[in-house]
Amino acid sequence: MMTSLLYGGAGVILFALGLWAFLVYEPLLRKLIALNIMGSGVFHLLIAIAERGALAPDPVPHAMVLTGIVVAVSATALALAMGRRLEDDDDAR
Amino acid sequence: MLDSLALAVSVPLIGALLVTAVPGRVQGLGLLAALATLATVGLVTAEVWQQGSLRSDLGGWGAPLGISLAADGLSAALLAMAALVALAVSVYASGYFSRGETETHFWPLWLLLWAALNGLLLAADLFNLYVTLELLGLTAAALGALTGTRAAVEASLRYLLVGLLGSLAYLLGVALLYTAYGTLDMALLGAAVRPEPIAGSALVLMTAGLALKAALFPMHFWLPPAHANAPAPVSAALSALVVKAAFYLMLRLWLDVFAPLVTPWAAGLMGLLGALAVFWGSWRALRAERLKLMAAYSTVAQIGYLCLFLPVLTALPAGDAREDLLVALLLMALTHGFAKAGLFLAAGLVQRSAGHDRIDDLGGTAQHMPATTFSIGLAGIALIGLPPSGSFVGKWILMRSVIESGQWWWIPVILVGTLLAAAYVFRVLSRAFNLEPTPRRFVTQARTEVPALLLALTSAAVLGLAARPLWRLLGFEGGL
Repeated sequence: MMTSLLYGGAGVILFALGLWAFLVYEPLLRKLIALNIMGSGVFHLLIAIAERGALAPDPVPHAMVLTGIVVAVSATALALAMGRRLEDDDDAR
Repeated sequence: MLDSLALAVSVPLIGALLVTAVPGRVQGLGLLAALATLATVGLVTAEVWQQGSLRSDLGGWGAPLGISLAADGLSAALLAMAALVALAVSVYASGYFSRGETETHFWPLWLLLWAALNGLLLAADLFNLYVTLELLGLTAAALGALTGTRAAVEASLRYLLVGLLGSLAYLLGVALLYTAYGTLDMALLGAAVRPEPIAGSALVLMTAGLALKAALFPMHFWLPPAHANAPAPVSAALSALVVKAAFYLMLRLWLDVFAPLVTPWAAGLMGLLGALAVFWGSWRALRAERLKLMAAYSTVAQIGYLCLFLPVLTALPAGDAREDLLVALLLMALTHGFAKAGLFLAAGLVQRSAGHDRIDDLGGTAQHMPATTFSIGLAGIALIGLPPSGSFVGKWILMRSVIESGQWWWIPVILVGTLLAAAYVFRVLSRAFNLEPTPRRFVTQARTEVPALLLALTSAAVLGLAARPLWRLLGFEGGL
């Protein structure tokens, strides 16, 4: 119980740190890293609540984390592609 | 037996795969997929009409492990509206985009967006809603950047980042709910949720995330540039459908899942934000220099109207008055969907023919493009809420319920918003009519002008005159 509280609490703190960084820093890369840290925070929490003591871990949060990672990767890729397009534009000028 | 709910999601998805696989025939295949999707949505609506509500567990796996789809009157009505608007957008797009790269990029993304939208309207559990919400955000941002101009890419990138922030807040709320209640199914959660801090935090996080995605004031800053810089068919879909999907989800959460938690103060706060959105959005629409920017700000105001319903819905006890108000809310959402799509499609034609969309220099548009100007006028009728449009009936019922529930302070908001809407619509129309020669032909390019005209006509005339079936679709007795 104590461990899952520790992990879950760390997840919420990660989320808050990521949110702060997202709002404060201007560059696209930092914003994207911040978003990914927020996402990791949520995944942390989900993994923590999957623990059920003597029972086997709950598979539903695990499935959610796996799906969430796929979504995060594609979103990051799209944002990076757009950012690169803007940078190429700058270079061309 | 074929499952209509699963078909409504899988048909556009298969269409998206097909047009990706055969880039040589995107247009024909895309239009075919659009027609097939409309047919499956028609099937869903007909089944909901007969049976009240539908539910299916995909592959025979129920909650909590499987994926369930569900439909009731609210989702069926929005699904049908989305399908009609999407078909019109598809036909318009087939005439709007010239053959080439943009067209081959448009169709797969567009059908994928449609699949995500249908999935969102039909999903029965909170995590699948998250996945469809993300899919919708990703495809919408990619479509918005389709023109590749710097302004469009910048606006879409901001839209994407804001959307990601919103969905992460939503996801944290989902994780909290699962921690507390051990289920993600909306119906099961609705029965289990109690007023306690963890559920309250989840409600705040999810509402904040969705408000960001629905562009509720003051989180609307990303919407006008993103919607105004996208190609016309994309703007129409973003403004009419994508924003409304986030609002639909918010409404579902407030009315179905978190109902025991919602206090009059919380609902009042949403109403206040809605009122500010009505003022600010309408004012900026009036001051906008470009036609598409005006349409985008008008969307901010219309989302505000939808939020005005929340405090009144919370205050009314279950019964005829509340049922009427729910229908009115739906009617406003549907009318705005048709009207805004029609307006954006028409604005795209004006922009293409005049080479710009500055409202002050629109002189003579009425003479050059009578059908398009007529569409803008009809859509304007629906945005203002003049009879016989659906929003007239919607606003009428809203005002009646506001008085019945004793919250008279919302009335000036509705009145000022309506007046400002009239001002910004007539500002465009007055500019469009200042050249003398007589029009040559009413319709100049049927393939693009007729979809815009039909959407605007539906919003201005059909919904208001034929609103009665909506009561039946939602399973209510009453009617006007």
